[in-house]
Amino acid sequence: MEILQNIGLGFETAFTPINLLFAFIGVALGTAVGVLPGIGPTATIALLLPITFGFDPVTSLIMLAGIYYGAQYGGSTTAILINLPGESSAAVTAIDGHQMARQGRAGPALATAALGSFFAGTVGTLALALFAVPISEAALLFGPAEYFSLVVLGLIASIALASGSVLKALAMIVLGLLLGTVGQDLVSGTPRFTFGLRELYGGLDFVSLAVGLFGVAEILRNLEGNITRSVAVQKVKNLWLTRADFRRIRGPVLRGTGLGTVLGVLPGAGHVLASFVSYSVEKRVSKNSHEFGKGAIEGVAAPESANNAAAQTQFVPLLTLGLPVSPIMALLLGAFIIQGIVPGPNVINEEPELVWGLIASMWIGNFFLVLLNLPLIGLWVKMLTIPYRFLFPAIIAFASIGTYSIGLNAYDIYAIAFFGVLGYVLIKLGNEPAPLLLGFVLGPLLEEYLRRSLIISDGDPSVFVTRPISAVLLLLAFGAFVLAVLPSIRRKRDVVFEEES
Amino acid sequence: MSLHHRDTVVARPRSARHALGRSSRLAGLAAASLVLAACGGGGGGGGEEDPAAAEAFPEDDITFVVPFSAGGPTDTVTRLVAEPIAEELGGTVVVQNVEGAGGTIAAGEVAAANPDGYTVLMHHIGMSTAPSLYPDLPYAPLEDFEPLGLVTQVPMTIVARNDFEPQTMEELVEYVEQNAADITLANAGIGAASHLCGLLLQEALGVELTEVPYEGTGPALQDLVAGEVDLMCDQTTNTTGQIQGGQIKAYAVTTPERVETLPDLPTTEEAGLEELQVGVWHGFYVPTGTPEGIREKLSAAILASLEDENVVSQLGELGAAPFSQEEATPEAHRQLLEDQIELWQPIIEEAGVAAD
Repeated sequence: MEILQNIGLGFETAFTPINLLFAFIGVALGTAVGVLPGIGPTATIALLLPITFGFDPVTSLIMLAGIYYGAQYGGSTTAILINLPGESSAAVTAIDGHQMARQGRAGPALATAALGSFFAGTVGTLALALFAVPISEAALLFGPAEYFSLVVLGLIASIALASGSVLKALAMIVLGLLLGTVGQDLVSGTPRFTFGLRELYGGLDFVSLAVGLFGVAEILRNLEGNITRSVAVQKVKNLWLTRADFRRIRGPVLRGTGLGTVLGVLPGAGHVLASFVSYSVEKRVSKNSHEFGKGAIEGVAAPESANNAAAQTQFVPLLTLGLPVSPIMALLLGAFIIQGIVPGPNVINEEPELVWGLIASMWIGNFFLVLLNLPLIGLWVKMLTIPYRFLFPAIIAFASIGTYSIGLNAYDIYAIAFFGVLGYVLIKLGNEPAPLLLGFVLGPLLEEYLRRSLIISDGDPSVFVTRPISAVLLLLAFGAFVLAVLPSIRRKRDVVFEEES
Repeated sequence: MSLHHRDTVVARPRSARHALGRSSRLAGLAAASLVLAACGGGGGGGGEEDPAAAEAFPEDDITFVVPFSAGGPTDTVTRLVAEPIAEELGGTVVVQNVEGAGGTIAAGEVAAANPDGYTVLMHHIGMSTAPSLYPDLPYAPLEDFEPLGLVTQVPMTIVARNDFEPQTMEELVEYVEQNAADITLANAGIGAASHLCGLLLQEALGVELTEVPYEGTGPALQDLVAGEVDLMCDQTTNTTGQIQGGQIKAYAVTTPERVETLPDLPTTEEAGLEELQVGVWHGFYVPTGTPEGIREKLSAAILASLEDENVVSQLGELGAAPFSQEEATPEAHRQLLEDQIELWQPIIEEAGVAAD
């Protein structure tokens, strides 16, 4: 069994004291930056990359990769506790996670996130080890037309994200799509909605958008009345999951892991898409779908598993083909180059110790993460007992510093303030920010793939239905659309019948 | 005056990202230099000559501003030479990444920085194309900057999907001339090196291909490997792995000499396309008004770094080489910048891409 030899070699490499140490440093750092709102893994890796120049290549990559998947663990913590997604994929976790915290169930929510992440991270790594080559070959079957159809499917499936009115959810998605058009046009270079601001040329930043819409808006809402705070209005009941909880998260964790493993390979926003889609799926299949948006534990388990599985399989194209599918992977590619390793399809053969050592370190890292995160739950929950008048200025300060530290530009602080106010207005109007974020993430991809498909096909739109994978995806999208619209049609019919009878 | 400058530098914690090189003389020297700077306060403005200031340079951390993300090719080149430059100057160099708008945000900031030699810009070929791509640029490359010297030029490769018909550069030329309308040419976005090289390729062949822009090299290469697009021209740093791995095929390298890592690949000149010469050249700049004595010190340190063994070998692994001592001087740098601005302006204008 060649694969066992490879994995053996990997563990041999990863189990040296120095590599164990740096795997731990990496995941601990990742957890920290994941928890801190604003500063994310991309900025951290960029910052630490130069320090690793003198390291052994495998040690350096073990640490840098640890920061990335560690941040996926940490990102859920603030999302659950204070409705502030510390990392982009945690935005979905905030929806039900924060509701659980408000009901005094922050402990089980955090435990679910940690356990789901551990399971998914381990399985995702296994998929990476066993099927890296076939997965990467499958990814190559996806051209611009297929990606376009996939994004359409994701968008339609996400209408289910809204817990309230479908119309309002649609409005939010469209607003998100519009916000996503800000910036320099990819094809012609024309600036769109930049109002002469050079900072807007690269588009709006997801982090300041999320921090403003979720975190700051939540604070504004908490401060408006005589309610001293929204969090932990109810006594913290227990820290651990009940047997009933375990039964409820089993299915979502498994499905989330599966979806995340597959979607992680996609370029662009694979792990964000994975958490959104898995949430929609759970909402559709769950027996407790009426609880979604009001603190359903499934709504934490599924997206957290999905984004962690995706975080592991995102390495597939990088390790097998030398192709980075996201900015983070591009940074890690830079780390390879700096170490004098030319990333490409030969790396896995020429540097087996490096590739398999890195893969083995991901299991070790995930193990460290669960060991690190479970004992922290008690501490995090305690944080909620800090009086709100101390807590909210600290949250705003941390969010501002974190966001500022990425671009080192005061503009980002203004952006947080602007989106905070916008988020508050949206809450007052009864709209939810999550579909807006999804539209914002998927909008630019939708446009990019649509235009690219049409450029390549010379303007012929039939590519979307003549290419089989694309056609199937569009058909699924149509099915999802019918499913989403059907209940409201039936309800109308019921109303009509009531009136007749 | 100079005290004011120093305060400005110290008060910019954003530059304190990562220190390279010797952080030799610590607190004692910092205090001493503050006193020194205070004494020199009557000496006049930053733009004027102050032999004492040039003599004492550097008294503080020098910031190298990189207009692209950490880990990218330009960042790698900068950090590679930052260490020997710091050693040569006997000071500390801090590398800072300021991203955005094709490098023009960083260049705009450095143009507006104090011309005291403590803020240095690293930029690549984009310095010469920005005026054509961004008509509302807040600076003029030739007027607002003093070139300090060139560092290296990263060669570019003309590559295609594996099942693309032509096998050699000569066949490619013929094929492209006959089938121009059906051929797609990928690039990594407006103003990217791959975009510029693509424009020059079309100009050299006198054809118009269908350009397919991507957000970055990664996705563009992925579609090339998958066979979704036909052609691309990109830096060796990005393509060598895929070429060696047999995932894409290469026709030629766009520099006068072959590259070590791809010895079988002919140059465009050998293939009969002399006019297709393009490389991603990198150089350092300070804002206009920086005292001559300080500029000379910086230039000398840059020149010396190009002979550093580690720099030469590391650049070699990237498929590049440092400029020779004669090619890397500030004068040669200014000449190259002027030539390149002139070369790219009509090409970019004709292509009709501009950020305005």
